[in-house]
Amino acid sequence: MAEETSEGHIPTVIADDVHIVYRVNGTSAGKGGATAALSRMLGRGKGEPRGVRKVHAVRGVSFTAYRGQAIGLIGTNGSGKSTLLRAIAGLLPTESGKVYTDGQPSLLGVNAALMSDLTGERNVVLGGLAMGMSREEIRERYQGIVDFSGINEKGDFITLPMRTYSSGMAARLRFSIAAAKNHDVLMIDEALATGDRKFRVRSEERIRELRKEAGTVFLVSHNNKTIRDTCDRVLWLEKGELLMDGPTDEVLKAYERETGK
Amino acid sequence: MSDTTHDGGLALSTPPSADDGLSASQLAAKYGLDVSGARPGLFAYIRQLWGRRHFILAFSRAKLTAQYSQAKLGQVWQVVTPLLNAMVYFLIFGLILNTKRGMTQDVFIPFLVTGVFVFTFTQSSVMAGVKSISGNLGLVRALHFPRASLPISFSLQQLQQLLFSMIVLLAVAMGFGSYPALSWLLVIPALAMQFVFNSGLALIMARMGSKTPDLAQLMPFIMRTWMYASGVMFSIPVMLADKPQWIANVLQYNPVAIYMDLIRFALIDGYGSENLPSHVWAVALAWALVVGAVGFVYFWKAEERYGRG
Repeated sequence: MAEETSEGHIPTVIADDVHIVYRVNGTSAGKGGATAALSRMLGRGKGEPRGVRKVHAVRGVSFTAYRGQAIGLIGTNGSGKSTLLRAIAGLLPTESGKVYTDGQPSLLGVNAALMSDLTGERNVVLGGLAMGMSREEIRERYQGIVDFSGINEKGDFITLPMRTYSSGMAARLRFSIAAAKNHDVLMIDEALATGDRKFRVRSEERIRELRKEAGTVFLVSHNNKTIRDTCDRVLWLEKGELLMDGPTDEVLKAYERETGK
Repeated sequence: MSDTTHDGGLALSTPPSADDGLSASQLAAKYGLDVSGARPGLFAYIRQLWGRRHFILAFSRAKLTAQYSQAKLGQVWQVVTPLLNAMVYFLIFGLILNTKRGMTQDVFIPFLVTGVFVFTFTQSSVMAGVKSISGNLGLVRALHFPRASLPISFSLQQLQQLLFSMIVLLAVAMGFGSYPALSWLLVIPALAMQFVFNSGLALIMARMGSKTPDLAQLMPFIMRTWMYASGVMFSIPVMLADKPQWIANVLQYNPVAIYMDLIRFALIDGYGSENLPSHVWAVALAWALVVGAVGFVYFWKAEERYGRG
């Protein structure tokens, strides 16, 4: 900390040879039957249990992110982008390698904490608490969240259960709740692709605000324009490996050449 | 990987500096970065958990409300479900099998209903505990919070459920001639101890269930065995009078039987202290503290691994 030379030189996230492996039960290619399961149980004791398939999602990724950077993650579907984000956030344990972070990185998203049977009102409170906000903070920001989502523009929908919302409305409320909190290291996973045009403009604005407050921002997107507009550095992942790491233009050009866009 | 290493990439975005020669861990140490997702110390963990108490409470209440929100009668089911439950057990064990040996009707009905409700409290905490991590993996992989919040929250949901059942239970007790007395207050410490015990058990089951989801299939059988062995619908000493004494002792000192007996003793006039095993309060407290503490530490030990599923 004593040797701060210039802004953008202070590392906030260091990934050191990160490997992530998922283990999936009972999917040994087409043999899901009872006999297969039985032979699986009997075959135990020789290292890895048989019938448990390993998916090596991230293979040896290393990089250092600095304060003030906005980093885009690109790559085809299933290349390990979301998995890598979860590992950086400390939500998914690494198989080997380490992730060092400054403060607590957070994923932008509270979908999993919300319950469709509850009213929008209660979900705002529940989602806020799940993200670690205090009751006072939520009370302060409640009106802001509801106004931002625009849920009440067409009547008093916030007091109805969320299952009665259209998918666009639900997505708007989810984004509004998630974006209500400030983060040190913020990670956004395709969050921009929700809602109608009006809401999209508003949410992009909010993302830019969050970026200013956050030290470092990670953004996963398949939209190269979004990446070009918001990021100054891009990591290109393919099959779990870091294929390229550099300034946005350079990496995107190579990516577009490769994917034939 | 080979065409652009991470050093090459960085050189483009940041000027070379004194940090270049450092390894990742040295660099992390220099700027005070921590390992992401590392398990906090036990006391730090307890502090974090306390910081999330509002979330734990809100989550349990939300689950409870969501349970019946699509039903026409809504929250009335909170009371009707345990009532129907008690009636089924009365029909089978009270009228058909007639297991009330050694008890009058006035004692047996509240005896049975108490047993069913108190056992259900532990049973549903365990069942919810097994699935509390494996069934909420989406939540675990999306947000940061001490994972113990989930099993504890589910036990708390069951406690609130039990409080609705208590309305039915108190009505049944009064209906069969046991009237409110000072001894009824003993229900509070008994339930508090049972709640701690249940939470500890739910924490243990949560860790085991996160590694082996198959437990969710196995648990109903284990729980049913436990129920029949705990004297829910019969008096253990009376039923096992002709068997060796140690069998009755083992059954009577099992935690659920202890909590059931305490609440029966507190509520039912005709169920005096002669029905309780000796040192019953000390045993109840010991079960709560031991299982609560062991469960908590056991769960905390795997804290950083729950996201793997």
